[in-house]
Amino acid sequence: MAAILSALLILVGTFFMLVAALGVVRFPDLYMRLHSSTKSATLGVGCVMLGAAIHFNDVGFATQALAITLFLLVTAPVAAHLLGRAAYLSGVPLWEHTLSDELRGRYDQVTHDLASTDTK
Amino acid sequence: MIITIAFGLLSAALFLAFIRLARGPSLPDRVVALDLLASLSVGWIALYAVATNQPIFLDVAIVLALISFLGTVGFAYFIAKGAVPWQQS
Repeated sequence: MAAILSALLILVGTFFMLVAALGVVRFPDLYMRLHSSTKSATLGVGCVMLGAAIHFNDVGFATQALAITLFLLVTAPVAAHLLGRAAYLSGVPLWEHTLSDELRGRYDQVTHDLASTDTK
Repeated sequence: MIITIAFGLLSAALFLAFIRLARGPSLPDRVVALDLLASLSVGWIALYAVATNQPIFLDVAIVLALISFLGTVGFAYFIAKGAVPWQQS
């Protein structure tokens, strides 16, 4: 029973990681790629860690796996936000079929402060 | 059997992430690919620990997760400061 659950979790986790990589290759602009790699890869790593913890059935290993998963859950959104903000400020273009860009004109180009109204 | 399939799926994922790393087109795209490669490597190491029945390998995954976050934050800081102008290659 535990072996089946572990194998299933590992397969689901690697599947989600493959989906993340597929999204990073196929999506048309940087911000969609960030969305794909952050969410799906974190879920995949979490599933694989859970599967490995069930496989080893050991408190020390489970604690380490939990620590890695929690660390990824905390740091992945932070890193993605920092990277997306830096990319937007440095002028990486959005996809040409993007319908709305609510940040357009709201960043001060010098101080990088965000305003609720247009700065220009 | 299951482990082999999982290794195959992860290899395909690593290959796809490497394609994005090579193609770009902008520096942040490459950083996204590097970040994904690090996450995939953490999963790979956990899988390798299961395959070889050696739980000690998970220490490597912890260190890799810590280092990759620092690397991404460093790159984001570098890009936000405008030290590298964005360019289409």
